[in-house]
Amino acid sequence: MKLTDISNDINEWFNGSGPLSDIVVSSRIRLARNLAGHKFLSRCSTTEKSEILTKLKEVLMSLDLGDKIFYISVDKTSNLNRDFLVERHLISRHHAAGRGPRGVVIARREFFTAMINEEDHLRIQVLKAGCQLSKCYEQINHIDDMIEQKIGFAYSPRFGYLTACPTNLGTAIRCSVMLHMPALKMTGQIEKFFHAARDMGLAVRGLFGEGTEAASDLYQLSNQISLGVSEEAIVSEFENTIIPEIVEYENAARKELLSKQVDTLDDKISRAMALLQSAHLISSHEALFLLSHLRLGINMCERMGATTPALKRLRDLAELPRDKSGKGADEDKGLSITTINRLFMLTLPAHLQLNYGKPLDPTHRDALRAQIIRSALNKET
Amino acid sequence: MLCQICNKKTATIHLTEITNGLRSEMHLCEYCAVEQGIAAKSQVSINELLSGLLAVQPSDEEMFGPSEEKKSCPICGFALDQFRKEAVLGCPNDYEFFENALLPLIEKAHNGKTSHCGKIPSRMPQEAKEQIKLANLQQQLDVAVRKEDYEEAARLRDKIKQLES
Repeated sequence: MKLTDISNDINEWFNGSGPLSDIVVSSRIRLARNLAGHKFLSRCSTTEKSEILTKLKEVLMSLDLGDKIFYISVDKTSNLNRDFLVERHLISRHHAAGRGPRGVVIARREFFTAMINEEDHLRIQVLKAGCQLSKCYEQINHIDDMIEQKIGFAYSPRFGYLTACPTNLGTAIRCSVMLHMPALKMTGQIEKFFHAARDMGLAVRGLFGEGTEAASDLYQLSNQISLGVSEEAIVSEFENTIIPEIVEYENAARKELLSKQVDTLDDKISRAMALLQSAHLISSHEALFLLSHLRLGINMCERMGATTPALKRLRDLAELPRDKSGKGADEDKGLSITTINRLFMLTLPAHLQLNYGKPLDPTHRDALRAQIIRSALNKET
Repeated sequence: MLCQICNKKTATIHLTEITNGLRSEMHLCEYCAVEQGIAAKSQVSINELLSGLLAVQPSDEEMFGPSEEKKSCPICGFALDQFRKEAVLGCPNDYEFFENALLPLIEKAHNGKTSHCGKIPSRMPQEAKEQIKLANLQQQLDVAVRKEDYEEAARLRDKIKQLES
């Protein structure tokens, strides 16, 4: 199994399907665990880290996940491979930049990954497309049970699962969703989302690019409290209370664009189409920014039946089915959300270089990125 | 108070900075604070918040009390001043060994909660599982009574009774 086997397409959980997928791109649950009888990593020698790695790798590779699993030695692999794994959300930046023996176990379809020797000895995660947190939990809980049959974790009756940082203590669970919030940004209300998240005790982080205000308008929203509340209660609150409320903000902003700010919307969509169809050099930042607007446009056509002048042109370009019931029927034809998501991911720097076969300087990357986007958007090429 | 940059909007973000013993204050509106890269601070993770919190503490002695300051864990050799730097602990035993010092931090990070309520490892013997469940419920009951949430307290009391019988 080589990384190039997966690098030329998007992973399943990023294919634009699943409940509420026009706004909730994907769901993720991760659990943090540490082996009983070992120190936390900050106090471990290289030998002890290797010992932990060997033990966990053996257990994980023996799991029956209903999919092929493979292991990558994060400390020994190339910088480019590490960047690729981060871009693909298979490992964290922290894990890529870490020190000492460490690795990751990945299911071929990428719904499951396990980081060994990140901040904790083991961090397992399950990812699914759309809003599916309770399904993620069901699956990861089962996997956690299977691992616990074979190896003991540090646990105290008082504090629950013991983690290196007290902020993860207890259930050691983190629920996150990836949200696409372009309309809130366009209508100048993105701060409203930040405030709502903060008031609910949640963390927000920009995805695909640095900084909180991500160019792609993709944000990760996660819980911060892991102690004193059960896993089920955390997941259920997230799925049934928090997400619907946040999704409603973005939906209201989309309706506002259609009813009161059509010029703003059409300007953004038309510019995005024109630039992406004709640019010969495009930076990752600009591509993410413009693709985000196209994604919004396609969702507004498909889900809201919107027909502003720019959206009509986008509909023609995308060859979207006019009959809404034909949804998904011609997924490979025309420009779908899946295509846009694919462009989001495959034009990221490490993806470009891995698929090209060798490292490229920034100008060459910008040219290659522009070419990939042009050929996806222009029917004739 | 108006924002000192744009002088138009109300200042809602108040920043006090102490550099080399000199104190300076800034009062900004949300918009200007974002421009200045200050409002981004509202998005920091609890992790960063914790280490930030620790960094502004004048000394370990004030924070953890004199008795805790020089102690180090017999298993991993970890001492609390390292926690201030790294925001991670040395070994699972530290939770017990430094319990008094860590409790206020745990309480702050987890919205006042200090005891686990959730998954119990499947490999634990049934008897131990029930004991843990009971202990957790008892702790939740204490909290509910302290908060005068009698409805919740009654619910927990019934659950405990049910488990005990």
